[in-house]
Amino acid sequence: MTAKTNSREKLQDAAKERVLIFDGAFGTQIQERKLTEDDYAGTLGLNADQKGNNDILALTRPDVIRDITRSYLDAGSDVISTNTFSANRISQADYAAEDQVAAINIASGKIARQLADEYEAKDGKPRFVAGAIGPTNKTLSLSPDVEDPGFREIDFDELTAVYKEQAAALIEGGCDFILIETVFDTLNAKAGVMAVKQLEDELGRDIPIMMSMTLTDLSGRNLSGHTVEAFWYAIRHAKPVTVGLNCSFGADQLRPHVQALSAIADTLIMAYPNAGLPNELGEYDEMPDTTAGLVKQWADKAQVNILGGCCGSSPAHIKAIADAVEGLPPRKVPEPETAMRLAGLESFVVAD
Amino acid sequence: MTDAKDQGRSARFINIGERTNVTGSARFKKLIMADDYTTAVEVARQQVENGAQVIDVNMDEGLLDAVHAMTTFLKLIAAEPDIARVPVMIDSSKWEVIEAGLKCVSGKPIVNSISMKEGEEPFLEQARKCMAYGAAVVVMAFDEVGQADTKERKVEICKRAYDLLVGIGFPPEDIIFDPNIFAVATGIEDHDRYGLDFIEAVREIKEQCPHAKTSGGLSNLSFSFRGNETVRRAMHSVFLYHAIPAGLDMAIVNAGQLDVYDQIELRLREACEDVILMRRNDATERLIELAESYKGKSKEDDKQAAEWRGWPVEKRLEHALVKGIDAHIVDDTEEARAAIEAREGRPIEVIEGPLMDGMNVVGDLFGSGKMFLPQVVKSARVMKKAVAHLIPFIEAEKDLLPEAERASKGTIIMATVKGDVHDIGKNIVGVVLQCNGYDVVDLGVMVPWPDILKAANDNKADMIGLSGLITPSLDEMVTVAEEMQRADMTMPLLIGGATTSKVHTALKIDPSYEGPVIHVLDASRAVGVASKLLSDTQRDDFVSDTAGEYTKVRDARAGKTPSQLLTLTEARANFYDAYLSDKPAPPAQPGIHVFDDWSLEDLRDYIDWTPFFRSWELHGNYPAILTDNVVGESARSLKEDADAMLDQIVAEEWLTARGVAGFWPCARDHQCRDDVIIHRVRREENVRLPFLRQQIKKSRDRANMCLADFIDPDGDWIGGFAVGIHGIEAHSARFQADKDDYSDILLKALADRFAEAFAERLHQHTRTELWGYAPGEQLTNEALIKEEYRGIRPAPGYPACPDHSLKPILFDLLDAEKNVGLTLTESFAMYPTAAVSGFYFGHPESQYFGVARIGRDQLEAYADRRGVDVATAERWLRPNLD
Repeated sequence: MTAKTNSREKLQDAAKERVLIFDGAFGTQIQERKLTEDDYAGTLGLNADQKGNNDILALTRPDVIRDITRSYLDAGSDVISTNTFSANRISQADYAAEDQVAAINIASGKIARQLADEYEAKDGKPRFVAGAIGPTNKTLSLSPDVEDPGFREIDFDELTAVYKEQAAALIEGGCDFILIETVFDTLNAKAGVMAVKQLEDELGRDIPIMMSMTLTDLSGRNLSGHTVEAFWYAIRHAKPVTVGLNCSFGADQLRPHVQALSAIADTLIMAYPNAGLPNELGEYDEMPDTTAGLVKQWADKAQVNILGGCCGSSPAHIKAIADAVEGLPPRKVPEPETAMRLAGLESFVVAD
Repeated sequence: MTDAKDQGRSARFINIGERTNVTGSARFKKLIMADDYTTAVEVARQQVENGAQVIDVNMDEGLLDAVHAMTTFLKLIAAEPDIARVPVMIDSSKWEVIEAGLKCVSGKPIVNSISMKEGEEPFLEQARKCMAYGAAVVVMAFDEVGQADTKERKVEICKRAYDLLVGIGFPPEDIIFDPNIFAVATGIEDHDRYGLDFIEAVREIKEQCPHAKTSGGLSNLSFSFRGNETVRRAMHSVFLYHAIPAGLDMAIVNAGQLDVYDQIELRLREACEDVILMRRNDATERLIELAESYKGKSKEDDKQAAEWRGWPVEKRLEHALVKGIDAHIVDDTEEARAAIEAREGRPIEVIEGPLMDGMNVVGDLFGSGKMFLPQVVKSARVMKKAVAHLIPFIEAEKDLLPEAERASKGTIIMATVKGDVHDIGKNIVGVVLQCNGYDVVDLGVMVPWPDILKAANDNKADMIGLSGLITPSLDEMVTVAEEMQRADMTMPLLIGGATTSKVHTALKIDPSYEGPVIHVLDASRAVGVASKLLSDTQRDDFVSDTAGEYTKVRDARAGKTPSQLLTLTEARANFYDAYLSDKPAPPAQPGIHVFDDWSLEDLRDYIDWTPFFRSWELHGNYPAILTDNVVGESARSLKEDADAMLDQIVAEEWLTARGVAGFWPCARDHQCRDDVIIHRVRREENVRLPFLRQQIKKSRDRANMCLADFIDPDGDWIGGFAVGIHGIEAHSARFQADKDDYSDILLKALADRFAEAFAERLHQHTRTELWGYAPGEQLTNEALIKEEYRGIRPAPGYPACPDHSLKPILFDLLDAEKNVGLTLTESFAMYPTAAVSGFYFGHPESQYFGVARIGRDQLEAYADRRGVDVATAERWLRPNLD
């Protein structure tokens, strides 16, 4: 089974018809299954405790991942993601599982591909697989040492290589898109773009990128300080098939920023916020109908093309969202005037 | 982060700042070479604060590891939200530097530049990489053959590059062409078309290459006029005036090197236009000729110059001294010396003969009021250079010379007293004395009394001259006098400086010392005083006359009933009742604002010239003084020299204007209505600012004012500021090494003016932007000088707020030492000396007043409020106590 080479157009066509549905969180779903240390470790014989290494379950308990993915497809997801947020060399080092990076991503890709194809064959509705790449816990724009603002833990080329290794494996596993998500550092995202471009050159084909930023403060900036506009101009050269926002805070707080991005991005908008803000215990308790009601407002205003959930969301949330937006018209991709659009932390447009 | 919201900035024409470019800014280069990235980052910040929309970063310097410098700097500014908010232009001729930079920039930058110099393949390879990194790109009009010089070549190369780029999918709107601005008016005929060719090429390129932009490096244009800033600025402005309508989108330019087109003098503007637009064949010659007049030199002067060079050497020396011309002085002195040697005379005869004759003419003219201080100091410069040339010859034959024949009229020790750093006046007096034949031993500034006494003994001095500017120096002068008395000295003590007075000298210093004490009103009196004191015949009369005068002053003072004082309680009851509802709104931008390198070009327009002339003892208001019948000529000449030096200071970045302004919530204390309590939100602490209240009984219904009266006890805002001009030391040392006191004093006087101008400008910026209570204020410089605005900025040590010791509190609030690099001496003088600090009051009724004399009750209350003993407070407030 291979990815459709024309996934980009296929997604764009599907998005013309209706608001598409993305999936929800994996983490909370895995937690609910109360897996043991042995479940995580499997027979890989790694030197470190694997408990908490959710991504490795693709190798040690593929049935769990398959089960969760299936539950999202059942809830109505058109686009499903791989459970590979931390399946990169930097994050896997915490579990001494760097050598498993390729295997995890290939296996995760295959699980998602297989299910997507199965559901598409069943009802004829197109399904898509987004190979998810998290931001790692390193940042290219900021120094971890307040005394030495010029210091960086990692450089652009190193991070590009880390992303490229993961992206290559996801594509090998059959993903349609590379989803660079939860971007807290815009320069990290640019390294991700560079990795995909290098891969495109090597493979000689288009690999569509989905790009999703996360905000760290209510005024609408990510951790590296970029506004939504500046972020879009900084990564627009990736020609992403979707751009959007995820995680951050709940849908309520995300609203003005989705609106801002929607107004300027000449590509599809995908938004998948958290299920509200965490309560005092750090748990997400926003009810599916509440989340659905909030994101429906964006669909009502035709500001989004793809909707899903992030932290705290469940198949029930996705089902509620799918039901809520059913039949609403999708956003039309705007055609902004040609202009030189530059960015520092803020945008700067040179009129044509 | 000052402002989290994206301002959605956009623009039609873009000035790209070039101050963070080692090839464009000597200062930035020096900082990077010295590894001073902290200050270099501040240069970037200042540039953004001053409105740069894009900052150009260039590290192309042979001695630098450009990759390292580029990445280090870009990473550092990435950590500064105030800087990183604008896009970066990564500027290098080396691709590896550009690529290293691209890996550090998180937004969407501009690459400057790539070209087809090495052929199409490397060009496209670099373009593809720019696309992959997500950058716009400047393409130089350069191909395998070379740089495009004609319009046709410029257009042809750009069009070819455009087609190639669009062919590989490069977004046309991300292409910026630089069709090469070359120097015009070089005298080479082939260069005459360069300006026009560029402008016409821009028009054509924009037409043939849809969506592409154009840019250029402006400073090349005026390369032939290096050193003539007036002409360069005019050329740049005229060029942009014509290039922008043709389609020029951006330019790398020093914003300080631009004039407003309409304000350029018409004949200069037209001459520039003739050159740039090639409107006449002799355009270059005409501009070159005209440019000469902007150097402060005209043909007529040249003619006269040529004439006096034909005179006999003695006359030439005299002429050089009287006119203050130092160009030929060494040659002429040598000629005179050689001539005297030929007839077996001694080198000293050059001094005793022609040079002293010349100086006598100067002295006569000065004494009779036909010549003024600036010229005298210039003459002294010439004299010093002549003498410096002769000294080796004099030393060589010294062994043959009896001690007694050393021709000095006397030795004078000069010093600015401990705690004070001001020395312009002292230097002027020193120069005047020196050129009148006195040996001056200048001990410098901040000189403690033991050093002064020791130098006087070591040098067998004939007298001591003390100088000081700030009020605490008056006390220190008393101390020096007391110590001289204790050491049983008898030599005369001369007192001078801005705050000194005949009254203070008579009341405080004269009684402390039995030897002669003389207050010297200004430099022009110094020679007269010195010569009388050293004259066998005049000395005794002069000393006893002066002593008699001082006694009269003291008697008059003793007999006079001092003005009646209210008790502090009564004075407080008669407070100034400001209408507090009119208090200004809270600041638009509270907190601390640091300005590390305010544009000197900008400050130049805010200079108040009247005090500048006063510092040279030319009295009268500017600009009327320039046409004054008596001092006009002297003032004009001084102003010309000042302008020329200002041009250099600005163009060569001699000085750095650093400043800080801060705004804090505050309230007048409910318990003590003379105190303002500042609340420092971040530190959760309160700072008490005790102010002094007028106590002299007022007539009618006038209030006994205190600055705290302008502050609402139920919550208000107060501001503070400190500005300083850094960087004179190196230039001052250079001038001194060159025996050029004139330039040294000029520089210090200008630095002082810059500090005052900066204080005025920052106050304006505060009113219109930072505090923002008068956003629409539009005032001319004259109106600013007349303080026709709302709100005041009283400075500690000045009449409304006479206690200098508030400065440490103010400095702490502003972190002025760190933010502005200002330090305080133990007498609370600021260093560097060209500095101003003070408080901001925004209430519309706030006004300046003088506290004047206060009573013991206020002194004691003040000591208590400041938490010091009464003796300390007495020392601080002495000028207000009696």
